[in-house]
Amino acid sequence: MQALSFAVHIPLVCFGIAFPAIVLYVEWLWLRTGDPVYRTLAERWTRVMVTLFAVGVITGTILSFEMGLLWPAFTGTFGGVFGLGFAIEGFSFFMEAIFIGIYAYGWRRLPRWWHFASGIPIVITGFTGSLMVIAVNGWMNHPTGFVMHNGRATHVDPLQALFVNPYFWHELVHMYVAGYLVTGFVVASVYAVARLRGKTDRYHATALAIPLTIAALAAPVQVLVGDWSARDVATMQPTKLAAFEGLARTTRAAPVHVLGWYQPDGRIVWGVKIPKLLSTLAFHDPNAVVRGLDAVPARDRPPVNGVRLAFQTMVGIGTLLALLGVVFVILRWRRGQLPEHPMFLGAVALAGPLSVVALIAGWVTTELGRQPWVVYGVMRTSAAVTGAGGIPVGYGALVVVYLGTYLGLAWTLRRLARAPLGGH
Amino acid sequence: MHLDVWPLAFVLAGLVLYVVLGGADFGAGFWQLFAGRGAKADAIRDHAHDSMAPVWEANHVWLVFVLTVTWTAYPEALASIASTLAVPLFIAAIGIIFRGATYAMRGGATARREQLLVDSVFGVSSILTPFALGAAVGGIASLRVPTGNASGDLLTSWFNATGITIGILAVGVSAYLAAIYLTADAQRHGQAELVELFRRRALGAGVVTGAAAAASIVVLRFDAHRLFDRLLLGSPVAAVAVSAVAGLATLALVAGRRYELARYAAPVAVAAIVVGWGLAQRPLMLRDLTVSQAAASRSTLIAVIVAVVGGGVLLFPSLALLFRLVLGGRLAHGAVAEEAPERVERPSRTTLAFRAAVAFAIAGVGLLTVAEAPWAHGLGVAALFGFVVAGVVAVDPAGLARRS
Ligand code: HDD
Ligand code: HEM
Ligand code: HEM
Repeated sequence: MQALSFAVHIPLVCFGIAFPAIVLYVEWLWLRTGDPVYRTLAERWTRVMVTLFAVGVITGTILSFEMGLLWPAFTGTFGGVFGLGFAIEGFSFFMEAIFIGIYAYGWRRLPRWWHFASGIPIVITGFTGSLMVIAVNGWMNHPTGFVMHNGRATHVDPLQALFVNPYFWHELVHMYVAGYLVTGFVVASVYAVARLRGKTDRYHATALAIPLTIAALAAPVQVLVGDWSARDVATMQPTKLAAFEGLARTTRAAPVHVLGWYQPDGRIVWGVKIPKLLSTLAFHDPNAVVRGLDAVPARDRPPVNGVRLAFQTMVGIGTLLALLGVVFVILRWRRGQLPEHPMFLGAVALAGPLSVVALIAGWVTTELGRQPWVVYGVMRTSAAVTGAGGIPVGYGALVVVYLGTYLGLAWTLRRLARAPLGGH
Repeated sequence: MHLDVWPLAFVLAGLVLYVVLGGADFGAGFWQLFAGRGAKADAIRDHAHDSMAPVWEANHVWLVFVLTVTWTAYPEALASIASTLAVPLFIAAIGIIFRGATYAMRGGATARREQLLVDSVFGVSSILTPFALGAAVGGIASLRVPTGNASGDLLTSWFNATGITIGILAVGVSAYLAAIYLTADAQRHGQAELVELFRRRALGAGVVTGAAAAASIVVLRFDAHRLFDRLLLGSPVAAVAVSAVAGLATLALVAGRRYELARYAAPVAVAAIVVGWGLAQRPLMLRDLTVSQAAASRSTLIAVIVAVVGGGVLLFPSLALLFRLVLGGRLAHGAVAEEAPERVERPSRTTLAFRAAVAFAIAGVGLLTVAEAPWAHGLGVAALFGFVVAGVVAVDPAGLARRS
């Protein structure tokens, strides 16, 4: 149930992270050039942003409930360690909500530079809000800042637990870039479809070019950051890395298998083997020793194929998106124009949904790869779960409600898209 | 005060603000639901929506604040509450989803029929949510939540006389508060007809809620002895008295058409009763858990207090700004429209930016991917960020769109 809620919440969150900055960029273009196209676009996107934010608020509130409802032992034991992060997150969202109110309803009503300035806190709080959640997740993956004593967490130092945590930084950066990637490609894919349907006026061209440029540049960066994440995982959660790669036994000069399926006997069938690549990527040394799944007893291993599939999906899509980004930049320099080819536009239209898939797959990789632990090496998932009955009923209800929410959201966005341009 | 009560004080303060501000949101939904049909009803629904729209999100976050601070400072208590009271909390969560979804959808609803449907769903969930939250509070106040993972009764812990009473009271208070605020807003905008409509509603809701509050005392007498004894026979009775006086005063102010004053008197009534509850329940948090037993470690408590105070320093000025703009009508329909800036052509500096982007990219790869030290990784991330920024300038998407 938690996973379902995350899957609903996280794509929305990407818009909370990246959309305010993109809208502000467009508004800034308006302020600098006085060209009304930019204002129309920024106002339009503001309304979309508010709608998405409102749904982000609800799904996030549900998550805070669920944390208490589903994981009482987890929150009960460790709330003191990481709850601080959520408390600060709460403040961030508060500030974000306040300034989104001012910004959204201040269009044409506040002096224009004041209006622009009221958008800046939204960008900052979108960042700090996600920062705090990621700090918590980083801590779950690499718990520090406390001592376990008879099943209770003692000597708690929340600051150290959350911010002096070596696992936190790559997750933060990777997620942040993912936010821009998802927002950029999803928005661009909407306008790519519009362009394929013949809407080639200046308004639609601008609405396509801006998010596409941002996402195209962020995509190659994401590959580099992802590689950094993998190196951190290699040193801090070797079992997770072994699951990524289906590496059964601790191996010197370990290979990478692209695609394929992990067999219970530890072999990978139908995969393409690239010798020594894993050792090189993970430790910058083609002959380094990589720890395999056999380093821990079977009951401490995550479900290998699930993790592997998720990981390969993310990396595969990430590579494709980066390629698309490079193609875009090359075409732009060769022709000096927005690429027109239907193949290219079709690829952009696909990139939006694919980036969301990569996002979810990435979180599945992290979370499923950490199993059977909720708090890595300290508390098992089975020990954290609630004792209350009726979870399946609640689960069904939640699925229905979320579906309804998404349908309603889709309907509203379509309505907003059809509203006349420039009007209110 | 002892260190471990400070966060509780923050939680209670957050609860008061949630009841006063978030409650008004719920109440607005209540009036939308019972507006009836026809042009007058449409005016009521629109007024209720427009008044709340800019502040809806901010009002709502108080609940998140209450949950997260409780969770951090009293983790064991929150875990017990959340598991035993899972049912009402789940109902509240569903209500919140529907409220938020319909709130977001109203922007897209243009036809009256659609708006009516959206407002009805909004209204129903606006009653369900405060009722469920109130019932959960009733479960805590009547000490029916024991410590431990779902160790209380899942149904009777909240579905009992006290829970139901407090749930109804929560709905009533919400409706009452909303009616007062909406009257004051209508007066501010000079909409005389709406003023009368909401004034009548405020008076009606005030009388009903006052009667319910009086009745709840009887319920507590039979259903929650400890609370009754300590609330009405001990020193907290002063708080109850303050609450009663303030409640009656708001009614008198509304009757005398002093709506702005009523707006500020109403929160006093709510705050007083919450303070009284806190004092009466002291030192217990749950049936078998005192506040100091529930409290997290010292360093966590200090961190929470610092975070709340530090956050408050940023938060309250921002909140004041929002409310000043809203109450000053600066965010309302038809406020000053300001003129557009001059049109100017600006040359783009793509070549320079292109070189900068390339330089940043090389630095980024070197520092993040090849180098191993953590500080190098930090610089590498900064360089890649620079790459994206310089790259956007170099690609010049706005110029591209103009040329295509
Ligand atoms: C649009 C999304 C997206 C894309 C294109 C990529 N990733 Fe990713 N990845 C995420 C979105 C994401 C994520 C959802 O944001 C995760 C989940 C946890 C985290 O920190 O980021 C993640 C986690 C994650 C992890 C696990 C980190 C951990 O457990 O702490 C690794 C090793 C990678 N990624 C590696 C890569 C590589 C090598 C990629 C490129 C080829 C890549 N990712 C593309
Ligand atoms: C345990 C997990 C989580 C909880 C309890 C949680 C809680 C919340 C809450 C309560 C809100 C609404 C805040 C408001 O009322 O304004 C929210 C929104 C948000 N959350 Fe989460 N969240 C979680 C996971 C995440 C993750 C993983 C991220 C980012 C990576 C994230 C980033 C955000 C952002 C940026 C928003 C702003 C909403 C928007 O702009 O759409 N959250 N979250
Ligand atoms: C902070 C408290 C968190 C807890 C207690 C928690 C716990 C868990 C557990 C136990 C699972 C496995 C459930 C299952 O196997 O079905 C899971 C899955 C998942 N979590 Fe977390 N997690 C937390 C934070 C996060 C955060 C911050 C994110 C991301 C933003 C996240 C994203 C996910 C996702 C996407 C899955 C799905 C993986 C799957 O398919 O199994 N979680 N989480």
